[in-house]
Amino acid sequence: MTRIAGLFGKLRAQQRKALIPFITAGDPDPALTVPLMHALVQAGADIIELGVPFSDPMADGPIIQRASERALANGVSLRQVLALVASFRHDDRETPVVLMGYANPVEAMGLDEFAAAAAAAGVDGVLVVDYPPEESRAFVSVLRAHSLDPIFLLAPTSSEERIAQVGTLASGYIYYVSLKGVTGSAALDVAAVAARIPGIRARTGVPVGVGFGIRDAATAAAVAEVADAVVVGSRIIEEIEHSARETVCDRVAVLLAELRCGVDSVTAGGKGAKWAG
Amino acid sequence: MALPEYDLPDASGHFGQYGGVFVAETLIAALDELKEAYAAAQRDAQFIAEFEHELKHYVGRPSPLYHARHWSAVLGGAQIFLKREDLNHTGAHKINNCIGQALLARRMGKARVIAETGAGQHGVATATVAARYGMTCVVYMGSEDMRRQAANVYRMKLLGARVVPVDSGSRTLKDALNEAMRDWVTNVSDTFYIIGTVAGPHPYPMMVRDFQSVIGREAIAQMQEQCGRQPDAVIACVGGGSNAMGIFHPYIPVGGVRLIGVEAAGEGLGSGRHAASLTAGRPGVLHGNRTYLLQDENGQISETHSISAGLDYPGVGPEHAWLKDCGRAEYVSVSDGEALQAFHDLCRLEGIIPALESSHALAYAASLAPKLARDAILLVNLSGRGDKDIHTVAERSGIRF
Ligand SMILES: Cc1ncc(COP(=O)(O)O)c(C=O)c1O
Repeated sequence: MTRIAGLFGKLRAQQRKALIPFITAGDPDPALTVPLMHALVQAGADIIELGVPFSDPMADGPIIQRASERALANGVSLRQVLALVASFRHDDRETPVVLMGYANPVEAMGLDEFAAAAAAAGVDGVLVVDYPPEESRAFVSVLRAHSLDPIFLLAPTSSEERIAQVGTLASGYIYYVSLKGVTGSAALDVAAVAARIPGIRARTGVPVGVGFGIRDAATAAAVAEVADAVVVGSRIIEEIEHSARETVCDRVAVLLAELRCGVDSVTAGGKGAKWAG
Repeated sequence: MALPEYDLPDASGHFGQYGGVFVAETLIAALDELKEAYAAAQRDAQFIAEFEHELKHYVGRPSPLYHARHWSAVLGGAQIFLKREDLNHTGAHKINNCIGQALLARRMGKARVIAETGAGQHGVATATVAARYGMTCVVYMGSEDMRRQAANVYRMKLLGARVVPVDSGSRTLKDALNEAMRDWVTNVSDTFYIIGTVAGPHPYPMMVRDFQSVIGREAIAQMQEQCGRQPDAVIACVGGGSNAMGIFHPYIPVGGVRLIGVEAAGEGLGSGRHAASLTAGRPGVLHGNRTYLLQDENGQISETHSISAGLDYPGVGPEHAWLKDCGRAEYVSVSDGEALQAFHDLCRLEGIIPALESSHALAYAASLAPKLARDAILLVNLSGRGDKDIHTVAERSGIRF
């Protein structure tokens, strides 16, 4: 069993939901990436999504674009991202790590070489934003050969047919994008999300995480009510952007602890308990 | 080598290994809707008739085929014929495609159009058709390009468009395209994205090629009429590749006709400051398709350089990547200096001020013509007029107005 499947099995038994923070590797500084990852885990992260910086992040809003630009200014390459994961794995053999990025850096490295190196570094899943299912058959089989989970996006506009198609390829979890737009967009319609999740879960047999538009404990709680996992990206990057180097790990940990409270307030242990914040 | 059995892209938008639909899931439904609407429009005689009516009465087609006798005589070799896309309304080939896509947008009930632009030519053409059809228009333009092309920014505003500066990445065309995609994904229900070249995810490369192919179809008829035969070579500049695809495509099955695409070598291929993706790039994925890209060893997209903003793009349409690999078309490059020389020559010898983009195709023709016999024929796509470029040229010559 992969680390991701193991995690969701454990959480299901505890009737808890997963909290998945996203940070961009190398932002604000490559030396802070591994400490940030450990801080996130200590504050309650179940999985870490690690962004691979790219020069043309077409699906990202301004906040994650800036994170990508800062990381690139620090000279962070895909190979270095893998080295950072390996370094994280030195002290944490439990927490799944999912790489999220764009196709070109992966293709420049070569699919086989990338998958082998990612597996060796301790990566668990890979989401390539601009590989929709119809363009990712070869990639999925290469990932599988290295026991890596291919993570796919689904959107409010995805047809039933596409959901089924993603179901045949995806493992680990599916990332449901809760609204039209790019990362960092504001409005989140929880009722609309709630209406879609059970169908996706049933059709794909894979846990469903929801992201885009989750900014605080209240939205995290609302999403945790309906989804298997809550993904938070832009809000965390914002905190990183506005923190001094010395305090960035602490401030991100405080934010994550709040989000954790939100997620746990609606699940087993905390059912009905009000999030105190 | 002609390719008689040419029927690409395939149903999934691929030209061999190139092209495709490399976008986030959030855009798939919009692209499916577009694919269906375009397929229906192609079968609709009324749509085709309206497109042709607009090309004739609004753009002024057919554009003339002109024998540059004086310049050919001075070069002392092949006869050079110019396909005069510079005489179109708005001064370039870009309008052909904008009319096609705007009519499609109207058919789909989308009242808002958006576009990316580099030099501003596609932005101006989009703003023009938006005014003509009563649509709201937003144009994304890199802030660096807005500085370089201030006159076109004003033109777009005069035509009623909102021009949004893009400050991300290298602040040029590729970043404007990213930003337009982000707008589209956010406003997809009422917005049509008019891409300005044969790039982007399927069906754009095919659709833009189809709308631009009027250039090549006219040229085939005009060559036959004026010369009684087809040219030995067709030469066009390649930025994203739309004017080149437009003139090449009808010629793909025609035997004995070389197809030559000319990229921007900028300050020289060795300088690293150029935009020659087919000549010096490697296949990769950007802006929704797989194609040749200028990129570093880590797969980050390179910043490019050309004296002509319209060629300043790190990618190229996927059909050109395919035509290069299968050998049906050849791709060469021409430096800033060579393009400038051809610019001045055409001004002085033919009384035509060409766009700096088109000057790259002219420069290659000028280097090829003297090596050929006097009865050889070169057909050059004069994709646009150079009024927009006079500030750039003057600056190069140390002149300020
Ligand atoms: C006159 C002219 N020619 C050529 C181009 C390059 O585009 P493409 O390669 O798509 O024809 C441009 C782009 O702005 C242009 O304005």
